[in-house]
Amino acid sequence: MTKSDLILRLAELYPHLLQRDIERIVGTVFDEITNALARGNRVELRGFGAFSVKQREARQGRNPRTGEPVAVDEKFVPFFKTGKQLRDRLNGGDGEMDD
Amino acid sequence: MTDTTVTRAHLAEAVYQEVGLSRNDSAQLVDVVLEEIGQALISGEMVKLSSFGSFQVRSKAERIGRNPKTGEEVPISPRRVLVFRASHVLKDKVNRTRKGGASGHGAA
Repeated sequence: MTKSDLILRLAELYPHLLQRDIERIVGTVFDEITNALARGNRVELRGFGAFSVKQREARQGRNPRTGEPVAVDEKFVPFFKTGKQLRDRLNGGDGEMDD
Repeated sequence: MTDTTVTRAHLAEAVYQEVGLSRNDSAQLVDVVLEEIGQALISGEMVKLSSFGSFQVRSKAERIGRNPKTGEEVPISPRRVLVFRASHVLKDKVNRTRKGGASGHGAA
């Protein structure tokens, strides 16, 4: 499923909404998550999962081709942890959990 | 940085502000977006959201684990796990903003 498949699916479910509005809804959801992560905030979506930012320390790396040591700067990477309910549903559960 | 956690309610509010549906409809649409992605993943489909990232379901075989407290060997049953890969756009945004930020990186 791609973003456009998702938009088409929502258009089927909500025939009274304009396609343009559906596009904006989907865009807004992912822009908001992106912006929150860019600010360093955590995004917790109950029943789905949580996005966070993890810090990777600066380290001494190596150019794999030449074997030459290179300094790798500290960096931040987006991270996703699947929510309990979705994890359960992926494994045949009904997702009926408190959390 | 700020330790505000963004929730479904924040996303619904953003949709409300941005699109102009009612607050109720905005909240429902946010739920449906996440639910449709969840459903696709449960059916084993990969979900690719351009400039955000992709979600993929991986099947893990059974393996022998160990109870870290007792040292006892326990079989870990085969299961499906979800893997998220952030797009380059998302990775760049997370890095660019944080680097110049509060950490006070003094680039000479």
